[in-house]
Amino acid sequence: MELSPFYQELLPSLNRGLIMTIALIVPSALGGVFIGIVAGTLRAYGNRITRSIGNFYAALFRGTPLVVQLFVLYFGLPNIGLYLSPYMAAVIGFILCSGAYQSEYIRGALLSIKRGQYHGAQALGFSFFQTIFWIIIPQAVRKAIHGCGNEIIYLIKYSSLAYIVTVMELTGEGKTIATEYFRFTEVFMIIGLYYLALVSCAVFILKRIENKLYIPGFGYNR
Amino acid sequence: MSNALSILRISNLKKSYGKNTILHGATLSLHQGEIIVLIGPSGGGKSTLLQCINCLAMPEEGEIFLHDNRVDLQSAGELNELRQKVGMIFQDFNLFDHLTAVDNITVALRKVKKMSKKDALCRARRELDQVGLSDKASLYPAQLSGGQKQRVAIARALAMDPEVLLLDEPTSALDPELVGEVISVIKQLAGNGMTMIMATHQMSLISTLADRILFMENGSIVEQGTPQELLSSDMVSKTRGFCERLNEISPEDL
Repeated sequence: MELSPFYQELLPSLNRGLIMTIALIVPSALGGVFIGIVAGTLRAYGNRITRSIGNFYAALFRGTPLVVQLFVLYFGLPNIGLYLSPYMAAVIGFILCSGAYQSEYIRGALLSIKRGQYHGAQALGFSFFQTIFWIIIPQAVRKAIHGCGNEIIYLIKYSSLAYIVTVMELTGEGKTIATEYFRFTEVFMIIGLYYLALVSCAVFILKRIENKLYIPGFGYNR
Repeated sequence: MSNALSILRISNLKKSYGKNTILHGATLSLHQGEIIVLIGPSGGGKSTLLQCINCLAMPEEGEIFLHDNRVDLQSAGELNELRQKVGMIFQDFNLFDHLTAVDNITVALRKVKKMSKKDALCRARRELDQVGLSDKASLYPAQLSGGQKQRVAIARALAMDPEVLLLDEPTSALDPELVGEVISVIKQLAGNGMTMIMATHQMSLISTLADRILFMENGSIVEQGTPQELLSSDMVSKTRGFCERLNEISPEDL
């Protein structure tokens, strides 16, 4: 069966967009989790100063729209001589925004670890950092993983905002074709399916990680 | 016995939480192989005293001497050293929930004592064997009974080669039928000459193991002496009254 010119143009564009979307999501998700762990740990265990810095960061990036953050990174920073490529602006924006949300999941998980775990380690002669690193964080990660996964899934969808700083990712490519052929319904239905497939992959991977990290006593019982 | 032989000596330890003073200056010294039992009503300061000895609760005043060397409580390094030499067993075990029984032991050996993976594993297996749990090495805390958890906790503390062991009501969180296995491990430790300070309400431990009993009430040590002195029938002591009440609750322990 021969595809109509519309589809002949649409599918390669969307596939190109899909690759760009993946190129946005992967570093953003990893960076977001990393920043989230650092900021969450500082907010939970830091001294007054580092805690305030962490809280300010989370308040700022959770409190302002991502669109505004991307605009500031891409259109605002050149005013002070900092030029970011569209791709870099988008990734940095996503990492900072995602990290702020991740830090809240991590912080909650850290604070939910029983005091006794900390005492147990201290009584054996663990230093403060050893306790946090070897005892508290491995447990907190297992408690935070569901929330963090949720945030990654959300990130997959808000990655479409990269389009407004001119990154041609899935939504951007699709919108171009839709405008050209004036066939919005079909295009966006198909884009929706692409995102559904992406999210399904992410859910599958997250589930694998969850299973790999599974320890009796954490999460559900199999 | 003179002070020169003391392993651990504390002098005038004080601790308060807000306006509430929990410990009004506790002083005691502990000799090689000696077993001191702390008894007294709940809220009397037994746990706080034990936690102050290895500074899990930082005392506001007072001094701690290990082999007659004063420990600088402000120095993190000296504190970690003190804690390695003074092991602690908790009422609710405090096993690391994300590690198997054997890894609960190896993690401290590797991270604190910097032992190699192989040596740590070897030592951990030996300690588990000592408490009769070699077959449970690969189980997680959630898969162990309370008694087994406490025995792993004891093995974990012993692997650090402590000179003194602090036991904070080691059997209080256990179901009655599991108390026996932990008691027998503690008796085995005592038989090997372990120096211990133990808070307990278990009459069988008090009467058979104690070299000295300290009775604590309202944050002070109000009585102390050997079990013979404090528990003899012609003596009127708070300790004796308290132990008699313990016996009424669980006569089968005697």
